[in-house]
Amino acid sequence: MASSIVQFDNVRKTYQMGPVTVEALRGVSFDIKAGEYVSIMGPSGCGKSTLLNLLGCLDRPSTGRYLLGGEDVSGMDDDSLSAIRGARLGFIFQSYNLIQQLTVIENIEIPLYYQDRPEAECREIAHRLAARVGLDHRLAHKPFELSGGQQQRVAIARALVNDPLVILADEPTGNLDSSSGVDIMKIFDELHAQGKTLILVTHDPGVGKRAQRTIRLRDGHIESDVRN
Amino acid sequence: MSETKVQSGLRKFLHELTLAQLQRAMRLGFRSLWQHRLRSLLTVLGIVFGVCSVIAMLAIGEGASYEAQEQIKSLGSQNIIIRSVKPPDDQKASQGSQSYVLQYGVTYTDADQIQATIPGVMVTLPVRDIHDYVWNISRRVDCDIVGTVPWYTSMRNYRVARGRFFTENDMAARSSVCVLGAEMVPSLFPLESPLGKHVRVGGDYYQVIGVMETRGHDATPADATASKDKPAAFRMFVPLETIKMRYGEILMRRRSGSFEAERVQLHELTVKVDSLDKVTTVAEAIKTVMEHNHKKKDYQIDVPLEMLRRAERTKQIFNIVLGSIAAISLLVGGIGIMNIMLASVTERTREIGIRRALGARRRDIVTQFLIETVMLSGIGGIMGVLLGVTIPFVVSHFAGMRTIITLWSPLLAFTISGLVGVVFGIYPAIRAANMDPVEALRHE
Ligand SMILES: Nc1ncnc2c1ncn2[C@@H]1O[C@H](COP(=O)(O)OP(=O)(O)OP(=O)(O)O)[C@@H](O)[C@H]1O
Ligand SMILES: [Mg+2]
Repeated sequence: MASSIVQFDNVRKTYQMGPVTVEALRGVSFDIKAGEYVSIMGPSGCGKSTLLNLLGCLDRPSTGRYLLGGEDVSGMDDDSLSAIRGARLGFIFQSYNLIQQLTVIENIEIPLYYQDRPEAECREIAHRLAARVGLDHRLAHKPFELSGGQQQRVAIARALVNDPLVILADEPTGNLDSSSGVDIMKIFDELHAQGKTLILVTHDPGVGKRAQRTIRLRDGHIESDVRN
Repeated sequence: MSETKVQSGLRKFLHELTLAQLQRAMRLGFRSLWQHRLRSLLTVLGIVFGVCSVIAMLAIGEGASYEAQEQIKSLGSQNIIIRSVKPPDDQKASQGSQSYVLQYGVTYTDADQIQATIPGVMVTLPVRDIHDYVWNISRRVDCDIVGTVPWYTSMRNYRVARGRFFTENDMAARSSVCVLGAEMVPSLFPLESPLGKHVRVGGDYYQVIGVMETRGHDATPADATASKDKPAAFRMFVPLETIKMRYGEILMRRRSGSFEAERVQLHELTVKVDSLDKVTTVAEAIKTVMEHNHKKKDYQIDVPLEMLRRAERTKQIFNIVLGSIAAISLLVGGIGIMNIMLASVTERTREIGIRRALGARRRDIVTQFLIETVMLSGIGGIMGVLLGVTIPFVVSHFAGMRTIITLWSPLLAFTISGLVGVVFGIYPAIRAANMDPVEALRHE
């Protein structure tokens, strides 16, 4: 049995909006093992993005414990969380989130930039990943010169560049037409086949079905956690 | 956020920044500035003009005060100069009557009393000035004939270029020798060396025994404050005793049809004080003696040391005024830069969120924005220095003013502009770093 990479133990997240307390997550517990491909689904406002932000160490749980690769990250300070994001996590967003002033290759390099790797090494790794997502002929282009599908492939290459423990994707196909969406999902399937751990938030049942396991959320609770 | 948090954060951040990181951050910053070239240029104009005007004004001020100080210094800072001045009310009276003999000015008695009674007086230097034509056969120049003593040269820091100055023996013998000012030599002796030749003044001949060194300006106190483009007066030096014998005490001058007679014993008396710190007390004592001896104010006392101090004080005030102008313009420039950086931070919220999500720590964001601001103000500083160094050259070339660019002024101006970048960059940078990554990522 593979070891747990992500362990959520009764995690709550509350937001204080003036006098109103919004409970976005009300005690969520689950384990994700290495190499799993998990989709998170649920109606709008059920807390999917909140959960993904916690998984991505962009935010801290209000209570509860989060172990990433066996390490408790729920109480870490900002610098340590940044280091963990840079070294162990890969992000893919619905709106690609590429930096417009930078070229494709430079966008791919960003996570390595903050790891203080030698520049030549960064270049080489970034090249390799660009080739892997089929963009090695577009390295000097700026993001706005690419199609949505191509931009999302740049984002995937960027998420892979630091060889992360977990890849987190928030509606990666949300902005794409169906054929580019399928291209992206094929890359995800390949990554899964190579043994990467993937967590993906989606509204699209077709996309959700490709994952091995689906966690359904409702009003901040886990409604169901099933294998497909 | 608390001040200490900022300070400790800054210290940590400077400590851990490696050269390679700095280089990369600078390249990144430069690109981002280059992307908005026009905006960057407009942003730094405040700094450019601030720095440039400070350097240029300092250079011009320094040049002007240098000239004034050089002139005052050439009078000798240990000297006190008493000059005879025609009293203004007597001038009117003399116009009416032709036989009136006007008597005024410093006397031999004054000189003797000052020398004998005031402690601290080392030597006195009497000078008698006669205005007349000096001839060499058919060549003629209008000249001040200065009757003085052999120690004139050493007291006035005025050296003989060729030949020699007259000696005690020349004085005692009342010999007819003279030393010419360098400026008049080309007019009187354009081809030959004047040494050993004779010049004629009225009916008397004087042998030229020496020529003085060239002076860029005339070393009289009046000139130190007067306009600079007045050419140095022609001067010829003759032993005082010789002058006394030749001219007596009454000088006749033909002026606008009528004769004017003046009785002046000494035109100028220079008193040398034995040490610098006694100059002021001796000057006071001289004032007392002179006030006692003269009912009318027919003399003027100049103390070069005090003039020098006044000039220095003026320069200090000038520098303070300049400094304030500089500070204000740099402040304004800095505020302009901060304003743009704040706008830039807001504009780039999304980028900040992306970078934070991909592993940038707070201090990486601080570095990025701080370096951008410092580069902006630094580039402004360099442009200001270049412009500020050129302007004095142009001014001295076209306006003929002396300008002096001291090394420290561009260095200081540049350093301050860099500091302005740090000071006004820190707030926008910290604001960028303190953004919540999740919110920054959601920003449109
Ligand atoms: N920063 C915040 N401040 C206050 N409330 C928040 C904040 N972020 C999320 N919430 C609340 O938490 C709940 C869950 O939001 P979340 O964004 O996780 O939903 P979601 O499942 O991602 O929805 P969608 O599918 O529409 O993206 C919502 O009720 C939302 O209003
Ligand atoms: Mg969402």
